[in-house]
Amino acid sequence: MSALTFPPPPASDTAEALRADVRAFLAAELADVPATKRMESWSGFDPEFSRKLGARGWIGMTFPTQYGGHGCSNLERYVVIEELLAAGAPVVGHWISDRQSGPSILRFGTEAQKRFFIPKIVAGECFFCIGMSEPNSGSDLASVRTRATKVDGGWLINGTKLWTSQAHQAHYMILFCRSSGTPDDRQNGTSQFLVDMKSTKGMAIRPVHAMTGEHHFNEIHFQDAFIPDDALLGDEGQGWHQVTSELAYERSGPERFLSSFILLVETLRVLGPAPPERAAIAIGRLGAHLVTLRRLSRSVAGMLEAGENPATQASLVKDLGALLEQEIPDIARAIIAIDPPTEATERFAEVLAYTTLHAPSFSLRGGTREILRGIIARGLGLR
Amino acid sequence: MADSILVDTAERLFGAIITPQVLAAAEHGDFPQAAWDALAEAGLHLGLLPESAGGFGVAPDEALAILRIAGRHALPLPLAETMLAGWLLSSAGLPVPDGPLTIAPGTGLVLSRDGAKWHIAGTARGIAWGRDAAALVVLADVEGCSHVALLSGGYTIEERLNIAREPRNTLVIDAVPDAVAPSPHSALDLRAAGAATRALMIAGSLERITAMTTQYALDRSQFGRPIGRFQAVQHSVATLASQTAAALAAAGIAAESILPTLRLPAIAAAKARGAEAAGIGAALAHQIHGAIGFTYEHTLHFHTKRLHAWRDEYGGEAEWNAYLGRHLAAAGADALWPTLTAI
Ligand SMILES: Cc1cc2nc3c(=O)[nH]c(=O)nc-3n(C[C@H](O)[C@H](O)[C@H](O)COP(=O)(O)OP(=O)(O)OC[C@H]3O[C@@H](n4cnc5c(N)ncnc54)[C@H](O)[C@@H]3O)c2cc1C
Repeated sequence: MSALTFPPPPASDTAEALRADVRAFLAAELADVPATKRMESWSGFDPEFSRKLGARGWIGMTFPTQYGGHGCSNLERYVVIEELLAAGAPVVGHWISDRQSGPSILRFGTEAQKRFFIPKIVAGECFFCIGMSEPNSGSDLASVRTRATKVDGGWLINGTKLWTSQAHQAHYMILFCRSSGTPDDRQNGTSQFLVDMKSTKGMAIRPVHAMTGEHHFNEIHFQDAFIPDDALLGDEGQGWHQVTSELAYERSGPERFLSSFILLVETLRVLGPAPPERAAIAIGRLGAHLVTLRRLSRSVAGMLEAGENPATQASLVKDLGALLEQEIPDIARAIIAIDPPTEATERFAEVLAYTTLHAPSFSLRGGTREILRGIIARGLGLR
Repeated sequence: MADSILVDTAERLFGAIITPQVLAAAEHGDFPQAAWDALAEAGLHLGLLPESAGGFGVAPDEALAILRIAGRHALPLPLAETMLAGWLLSSAGLPVPDGPLTIAPGTGLVLSRDGAKWHIAGTARGIAWGRDAAALVVLADVEGCSHVALLSGGYTIEERLNIAREPRNTLVIDAVPDAVAPSPHSALDLRAAGAATRALMIAGSLERITAMTTQYALDRSQFGRPIGRFQAVQHSVATLASQTAAALAAAGIAAESILPTLRLPAIAAAKARGAEAAGIGAALAHQIHGAIGFTYEHTLHFHTKRLHAWRDEYGGEAEWNAYLGRHLAAAGADALWPTLTAI
């Protein structure tokens, strides 16, 4: 497989049949939700909504039925998540559990861990956060200093995690830290742990407000925080391998190019059915980018379904996707004037402001643009 | 696109016969007849035809995928036009003649009937390989109805070239067509089908220059190491690869959008996105190749010149983006997502 292998997305009638169900559900559920709420995209938090999705069978869709999952294909899951995102549904509660933590537990967890966590995740009642970044370890994740020290019956955690999205609302964290050796050992000697966010002693969660003033991410301080033996996920020392094996899932999904979609919808609303030529060209261009990105992203979903590891292709989707998401507010502003304010542009202006202020994060979170391009270059054989 | 037997055959054949010498000679007016003969013997130009008209029953997207391979090799032949001409003729129930064919939209031409006798006259511009084609297929309106006319002569040829020095002739026509029949396709349909072929060719060309550029970054050393070791260069190559990926997705869409039904919004998206990628990609490839890539002797220009030509042919970014934008706006804000997923 080369870095540019993108087979046609596999056709799935079951997945397409599902689309109509999801659309009908969302039309009813989100009928009264304004664009100024939908614009939050996958940052919107609503545990009640997550539970309802769980009840519909739309969380943990690909998880095996023996643990309460639904045994569906990646392609079916893809339809559900892209419909959720395009509608601006509040999904952040269960998003990480569904995308990353659940699959990691299924892949590396013990039987007991699977039996404990998976049914709760599937029900939309168990939210995870990701504890990877630290004050001095961002892109260079292998340099983490937070340490797990073996003690009788468990581990003592010491260190600081930073930028942990939703830590204040999550039930568990998958913690990535050092379990042996020193930071000079880099990837070696790291492990993953399942940390109870509600009852672990010696752990302090402090909000870090984003530039919009929102409380989205956190700083988490561990001081001799005890976690039991059965919190270890997978094998001690295999943390790096476990983390990197999930990256293709994390980087190729529709959340990597739909973050600004609600703004595009509102742009079109202001423009009306017969926009001037210049605006039509701009809208068409964004549409063409979306359509091609969606095909690339679905192609990656097909490769994942086939058991391949398209890590380079996933980085490529995320890099292109972030460029598009960041261009949308710029282009929207170029074709619609918000000054002086009018009734017709009031809501648009609010969505534009929100999206503009979140845009910088699109090429940071989940791997920065520079890191992704490095991965692509490696996939091409340059590194 | 899965690599079918057809694609493998095309790759092997074009790889063997389209040498830099052939490309340079083509720029100086030599039609590569041997290359055409080999292509025709393999039947590569027949893939879009129904079996009743000489086709061999491959899926249309597979048949069109060879245009991506043609793009990879900068094939200096009217393969796309011959396929389009066959598509026009067979969909109008007319037989498809042998040899390289080309097409003309009705712009500047008048097709008329006097009793049972047809006549066509006027000036057709920008006709791909008009100089070398065995016959010309015109799509023109007669009393508001679209008709296909086949001409094997009756026109004079003025030499014109596109930016890649491929013949794009002006034909001054005063002829009795060999055959005429009503067509199910409009002028816009033909322009879109042409645009789809260019989206495929662009993707192949970008695949080629990405491979060439990656290799060059590994081979060329400055400051004591391969330039591909510099992060700035790595990121430029990565950007080139990303644009190529987008163009490949566009090509995949294009290949699925001529037959069984012509899907104009899909082709609009494919051509516009491919064309944008072509511009960005060509610029990056030149940047990384340095001065050597600016010479005639190096082969990069055979590819980048075609990228620029194909960007514009059958409608550039502005035209197709506007088409798609109007389509999305007409559907309305609340139907944006369903409209996009239907593409
Ligand atoms: C909204 C948001 C949510 C987040 N949520 C989480 C979360 O839930 N859990 C979590 O663990 N983390 C989270 N993060 C953190 C995120 O993973 C990091 O921001 C990211 O890994 C980059 O690290 P950094 O911010 O420390 O930047 P740095 O790594 O310090 O990078 C700063 C700049 O230097 C560049 N740079 C760094 N190294 C190189 C290099 N080798 N070559 C070229 N350029 C380089 C970067 O690309 C960037 O432009 C979140 C971040 C954001 C913005």
